[in-house]
Amino acid sequence: MTPDIGQLALIFALLMAVYQAILPMVSSFKGFQAGIATARYLASGQFIFLCISFACLTYAFLTDDFSVKYVASTSNLSLPVLYKISGVWGAHEGSLLLWALILSLWTVAVCLFSRDLPAVYLARVISVMGFISVGFLIFLLALSNPFEKLPFTPADGRSLNPLLQDPGLAIHPPMLYMGYVGFCVAFAFAISALISGKIDALWVRWVRPWTNIAWCFLTIGITLGSWWAYYELGWGGWWFWDPVENASLLPWLVGTALIHSLAVTEKRGAFKSWTVLLAISSFSLSLLGTFLVRSGVLTSVHAFATDPSRGLYILCFLIIVVGTSFLLYAWRSPSLKSESGFHFISRETGLLVNNIFLVTIAACVLLGTLYPLILDALDAGKISVGPPYFNAVIVPIALGMFAVMAIGFSLRWKNDSFSRIFKRIRILLVFALIAGLVLPSLWLSSYNVYSSIGLTLASLIALVAVTTIYQQKKSYSQISGSVWGASIAHIGMAITIAGISITAVYSHEKDIRLSYGENYEMAGYSFKLIDVTQHAEKNYQASTGLVEVFQKGQLIAQMKPEKRVYDIQNNPMTEAAIDAGFFRDLFVALGEPLGASSWSLRIYHKPFIRWIWLGALLMALGAAIAVADRRYRKTAART
Amino acid sequence: MNNKRKKRLLFIILLVSGVAISATLALQSFNENLMYFYPPSDIKAGKAPVDHLFRVGGLVVENSLKRENDSLTLEFLLTDQANTIKVRYTGILPDLFREGQGIIARGKLDAKGVFIAEEVLAKHDENYMPPEVADSLKSNHNKVSNDS
Repeated sequence: MTPDIGQLALIFALLMAVYQAILPMVSSFKGFQAGIATARYLASGQFIFLCISFACLTYAFLTDDFSVKYVASTSNLSLPVLYKISGVWGAHEGSLLLWALILSLWTVAVCLFSRDLPAVYLARVISVMGFISVGFLIFLLALSNPFEKLPFTPADGRSLNPLLQDPGLAIHPPMLYMGYVGFCVAFAFAISALISGKIDALWVRWVRPWTNIAWCFLTIGITLGSWWAYYELGWGGWWFWDPVENASLLPWLVGTALIHSLAVTEKRGAFKSWTVLLAISSFSLSLLGTFLVRSGVLTSVHAFATDPSRGLYILCFLIIVVGTSFLLYAWRSPSLKSESGFHFISRETGLLVNNIFLVTIAACVLLGTLYPLILDALDAGKISVGPPYFNAVIVPIALGMFAVMAIGFSLRWKNDSFSRIFKRIRILLVFALIAGLVLPSLWLSSYNVYSSIGLTLASLIALVAVTTIYQQKKSYSQISGSVWGASIAHIGMAITIAGISITAVYSHEKDIRLSYGENYEMAGYSFKLIDVTQHAEKNYQASTGLVEVFQKGQLIAQMKPEKRVYDIQNNPMTEAAIDAGFFRDLFVALGEPLGASSWSLRIYHKPFIRWIWLGALLMALGAAIAVADRRYRKTAART
Repeated sequence: MNNKRKKRLLFIILLVSGVAISATLALQSFNENLMYFYPPSDIKAGKAPVDHLFRVGGLVVENSLKRENDSLTLEFLLTDQANTIKVRYTGILPDLFREGQGIIARGKLDAKGVFIAEEVLAKHDENYMPPEVADSLKSNHNKVSNDS
């Protein structure tokens, strides 16, 4: 019964979305006031029906309703309650329903917080979001219905992939989707701006908070994904240049460019059509990401053939959305004129260069991600583009970007001079050089050029950001939210860069064979394997090792890496043991038994790896603080 | 040319050269780091490159896994049902490595024709077959049935 209600609610939501896509848009051209006013109500209606639908699916998971095919294939009687709930978005159909629900949530949020927006404008924004929603709801109902019934009810389900049974991954997809879908707001505003042919400072003040919030969620989502891969996959890396990861990095890179370009458009009225282009691109890349991850095209272009309709549908939808918006852009963007010029040495130039760097990096990532797929689709050979490509291309470009980032943050709008900049940063530069060149040689085991450049630039970025706060010459409460936010985000980026510079170069990694009682020395730590014991848990069997870690003869940690075999899917899983610290992580994973009393072990020493995620969280915090800037509230308070 | 135009020109030149440099960089390392996939039959036929990393995939032959007693070095046979090659690897095999299942290895050939793997990949799904492996198995199956 509940699944039927969910299905029905989904159909009603689609009806609402169809009206929402057509009625307000048409009315906005005809000046039909009653039609324009419906936008809010249709969006709320769609949201309510999607909530009902989502609640029904969750209920089916909690009550183990295995008559529903999706529940039977992703849940199981013995699954803990938390993972029954996260199982709702643990596979294709449910995650798309979550996508649609979040899109609807964003639409309602726009209705609530943009009351001062001219009604015609709001109607068009809501309409564009409705159109996207129609696309996803048709896809859900026709090709990936989460409420599809099985002809018989199995006694038990196939269970959630053990890899996904993890609290970090339970919240990773919702965060990521909040980010992906959030760019839809900036996209809808950009399309509306193209239709009206006008962009002013007020438009930017509407768009900026939405873009920041979306970017904030996306940053948290990517960070969670990276952290999860680190401790759950048992590989100990934090980024693998996997196509799925790249799919989330692409909108992030272009979204970052968008945030910076919006700053120029708001303050100086310049870069208007570039900003619109970035807004369209970031959402298009979000759609592309969804397409790549959800169509099965990544396992193989030919896996497409197992369910060609799904992949084909998303591809067509992608082409319609991207094609229409770019056509509209080509037609209307010449009417968006910049209001001011700027000199060669100015903050505008700095931000333009930042944008070029970010877009170039995005293009390189896109090339490495799509080229193998295209080649495979054309039957021109099977290739893979691994981390060596991405590292070789992106590291130098990124270092160039960081250099501009440090100087750019201290530039003034419109016109500045090298001599002033030099005066501003020369002392900071000395400190940064000490931190980057002198400290590592005193303190780290060896010397590495890339690491040194990375640390110097990270220090400079952080110092410039910190001193910017002091230079405001105001009390802390008077400094605007956007200055706080930008500084904190830049400090966060600096911390991430420092973490990457050290971890990537100074990590120790070793696969080793150890007998009980034997030890292995690494980076001043001694790892001693005591033994490995067997025990049974609720839904898996485990072998747990005990490794004692000594530093200078002192016992500093007892680590318990595990090897699990899940009962239902019979997959072995490695649960690494991690001794986390602010300056270093120790990481031990069990390999396989080699004879009666020895095992293969994977041992890592990862200095500063926490800084990568800590910095990313600071970036997200910075974006959130910038949203709280007074000037965004002022526009809201005017009505 | 007035001053303003000169500056603008300088700016555009900087921009274009910057983009050109990064494009060259990208394409060059793209070419250097592409890795092709070869099934065991292609390797036996001498189609695989020497001294260049590539990927090989196939089924691990049952009972072919041999470990050295005092290290983490091991050897196994990899087949595409038509030809078989020997793979040597030092390290920990992935969780889902099992005899009889499809895997992909990345590495180089040595002088004796043994594939020295730097990395062995098995996907996290017991029913999953790497698509490259599935394709090469399928084409060999067709060849065999055509011959008979």
